[in-house]
Amino acid sequence: MAEEVKVFGAWGSPFSHRVELALKLKGVPYEFIEEDLANKSSLLLKYNPIHKKIPVLLHNGKPIAESLVILEYIDETWKDNPILPEDPYERAMARFWCKFMDEKCMPALWKAYWIEEKERAKAMEEAFEHLKTLENELKGKFFGGETIGLVDIACNWLAFWIGVIQEVAEIELVNGEKFPILCKWIEEFINYSPVKESLPHRENLLAYLGARREALFASTSKQIIY
Amino acid sequence: MAEALVLLDFSLSPFGVRVRIALAEKGIKYEYKEEDLKDKSSLLLQMNPVHKQIPVLIHNGKPICESFIIVQYIDEVWKDKSPLLPSDPYRQAQARFWADFVDKKVVNCGRRIWLVKGEEKEAAKELIECLKMLEGELGDKPYFGGESFGFVDVALVPFYSWFYTYETCANFSIEAECPKLVAWAKRCMEKESVSNSLPDPHKIYDYVLQVRKRIGID
Repeated sequence: MAEEVKVFGAWGSPFSHRVELALKLKGVPYEFIEEDLANKSSLLLKYNPIHKKIPVLLHNGKPIAESLVILEYIDETWKDNPILPEDPYERAMARFWCKFMDEKCMPALWKAYWIEEKERAKAMEEAFEHLKTLENELKGKFFGGETIGLVDIACNWLAFWIGVIQEVAEIELVNGEKFPILCKWIEEFINYSPVKESLPHRENLLAYLGARREALFASTSKQIIY
Repeated sequence: MAEALVLLDFSLSPFGVRVRIALAEKGIKYEYKEEDLKDKSSLLLQMNPVHKQIPVLIHNGKPICESFIIVQYIDEVWKDKSPLLPSDPYRQAQARFWADFVDKKVVNCGRRIWLVKGEEKEAAKELIECLKMLEGELGDKPYFGGESFGFVDVALVPFYSWFYTYETCANFSIEAECPKLVAWAKRCMEKESVSNSLPDPHKIYDYVLQVRKRIGID
């Protein structure tokens, strides 16, 4: 039976990218549907009525929303090149670090780039603490060991988007001096073929975020805006 | 082989309750250790250095943290009894989605009702909206898991014992607005694993009053 796999996403979104990367790693063909986040399609609103957000994976007409939920679904459905370990304890650890990235690392780091200068030192301290914690978890080439796993995919934002954000904000928080192991991982990750092929065009992302620079600095909600 | 299982917890924590329900559903024996959240034990700080929070399940010396992660771990290790997550990947994804919804929305609104002065009315309104969405998901099923009690039921039911606190702080009735949801909660309470694990709503309210006084809201 021919499978119908569609991804409703946005080219500049790391959450959308996570889903595309997982499908690419598993060799699953899919159709990508670009959403205009300022003018969401009726299909998106139909498939994700609760949050009204991308990404949404549509598999044979059935929608799944929330990037980490989608990643687990992809791993359960297409068994080649597993992204989660088999051992329950290792799985728990992988889930823990994904949650840590999304709930602690990402918000703290995002805040540190865009917050007012007088409050930046404290924000940076928090971000650095979280990054160090994450770095300590890197025992192999990737968080997943010798191959890319769930945590690597979830940390895509750190691997690629941070570099662009640093250029736009003109602040360097993540560098090889402060985080040598993390930066080595970043190099491995973004140069790994399926990742390299799936990442957005850097210049486009730079232009896109650059155009929003003032809005990002003025953002009081400190929410990640795409 | 006797499994060494220790749960570091706080009796009133709804997140801890999730784990206790899951363990009870599976008939698993464990040692319960009550934490004083104002004076956390060195064991807790050692086992959860990142968040320093309960619940933490320690299995043969290895810690697992974060309530959903612990419940999924329990479900995967003790997979032969009372499965909480469905085996079908799509249904599994739906269960994870709604559990995530409980954490992102219900927990957040609930907290704002009692923890943030001046926001209780608005937060109560948002909570009702979220609970109505959950009612929609429940439909006519006895449980979110379908015919049997499942992952989303475990995720949400601990907050039933917080309804009294929310209602008293914001002066509204959850049962009046979401009768189906309250009926579901009462159905869950007929299960021993749930009724034995949920704290007394009045104890929760007393605790909340203490916290509010301490942080200067009351």
